[in-house]
Amino acid sequence: MLKLPIYMDNHATTRIDSRVLDAMMPYLTDKFGNAASRNHSFGWEAEEAVDKGRNQVAALIGAKAKEIIFTSGATESDNLAIKGVLEFYKDKGNHIITCVTEHKAVLDSCRALERTGKATVTYLPVDKYGQVDPDEVRKAITDKTVLITIMWANNEIGTIHKIHEIGKLAKEKGIIFHCDAVQAIGKVPVDVEKAGVDIASISGHKLYGPKGVGAIYIRSKGPRVRVTPIIDGGGHERGMRSGTLNVPGIVGLGAACEIAGREMAEETERLLSLRNKLHAGLSERLDEIYLNGHPTERLPGNLNMSFAYVEGESLLMGLNDIAVSSGSACTSATLEPSYVIRALGIDDELAHSSIRFGLGRFNTEEEVDFVTGRVEREVKRLREMSPLYEMAKEGIDLKSVNWKS
Amino acid sequence: MAYSDKVIDHYSNPRNVGSFGKDDASVGTGVVGAPECGDVMKLQLKINDSGVIEDARFKTFGCGSAIASSSYVTELVKGKHIDEAIAIKNTTIVKELNLPPVKIHCSVLAEDAIKAAIADWKKHKGEAAPTAPAKANEA
Repeated sequence: MLKLPIYMDNHATTRIDSRVLDAMMPYLTDKFGNAASRNHSFGWEAEEAVDKGRNQVAALIGAKAKEIIFTSGATESDNLAIKGVLEFYKDKGNHIITCVTEHKAVLDSCRALERTGKATVTYLPVDKYGQVDPDEVRKAITDKTVLITIMWANNEIGTIHKIHEIGKLAKEKGIIFHCDAVQAIGKVPVDVEKAGVDIASISGHKLYGPKGVGAIYIRSKGPRVRVTPIIDGGGHERGMRSGTLNVPGIVGLGAACEIAGREMAEETERLLSLRNKLHAGLSERLDEIYLNGHPTERLPGNLNMSFAYVEGESLLMGLNDIAVSSGSACTSATLEPSYVIRALGIDDELAHSSIRFGLGRFNTEEEVDFVTGRVEREVKRLREMSPLYEMAKEGIDLKSVNWKS
Repeated sequence: MAYSDKVIDHYSNPRNVGSFGKDDASVGTGVVGAPECGDVMKLQLKINDSGVIEDARFKTFGCGSAIASSSYVTELVKGKHIDEAIAIKNTTIVKELNLPPVKIHCSVLAEDAIKAAIADWKKHKGEAAPTAPAKANEA
């Protein structure tokens, strides 16, 4: 039975898996101990739970348990990676290489360092599919480069970067490679050893775990990577992240990682089939719709489409029983369309017309069918209302029009 | 962002969507905005010889507030003399639709569309352009 509204915005956040919640519940009730209490059983059982969580997270990404540090989420992890590396290695250099489609937590951490004169940053462009060219990374390297930070997969367009090539390059040049792997972990195979990633950011709520918990992987060997902490205090997490451990959150993150790892192959297949059905269904019913991002190198649950002549926010408004998101200007306070979509070099008009469908573990085929029909109806209705559609149908080249705004 | 009931009503049941024949001399057409800014409004006014707006049609590419602003304007101008219509201020639209600050540009665009449509009609009639400079002309 179809239940409305339908949630199809799984890059923003995901519903907590009931198995994850079950694992967490004892630690929200009876097992409330502080993992740092070393002298009684409450503390011991909390510490044991944290150890298990650490092992579960490590196992999913091919890391060792001691390389996992728990944080409040990926924004903190990104901040710690970037600011922590720049501070620790300040005698070695001050140059960062990143790319224009990174998450704001990365871009704004870089900007903060630029503003305070602690770093110079190269923001590499991406190609029309949203990928950074590893050769461009190579060319951007200077003798002052201490950090390359490139995300594994993009949160808007789902494009997966050539992480293994960039990792190899970083190793070759002896530069630390940080990867915001939030959207990829639990969705596609991530192995920090094979990928040559030195630091990775992880978020709980993107993989059916709880909000407010995340982790950072920091390589311990080959090379041993160091960061200067950004939060000082009681010296938890071997001094790298002070603050009482979020035991239920960590238990949830661990359980979420274990489930994601165990079910990834099956889930990927299912999500690909749903996404392809949605894509095919929309393409059959509507003309002039365009895929944003890479046709194959993308997250299985991601479909980002531009519906020409229809503005994204008005489309979202029409799809009021479906939760998706738009790269349209109007969904933000800035009135600028998505910087990610614009970086692909597509027209601003199409950037304003983009919709991100984020399929996840709990979406069904029935929901995909419903969404296909609703999107078709709304796009057609709004196109009937669109002067641009009318002009295009009359054969007017919209680019030749002298717009006066 | 939560929309006001009036915006939702105009968005869901837009008034006077459509186009008049382009060759009709009694029709003034105003097209304002630009696709790259995410808003384009086309407003057409059918104006009789004594300068009274008898009918109006719109088509809008834009957010819900832009659609609602243009839909509301078609209702607002009908039956008004062009001198009255040209004096309509965007604040009237803001008030009627309860537009939040980030959507005020939608109402400005709708005001511009009225002025542009009337200027276009006057051009057909061979009269001088109105005192307020038209922000856009026919595409």
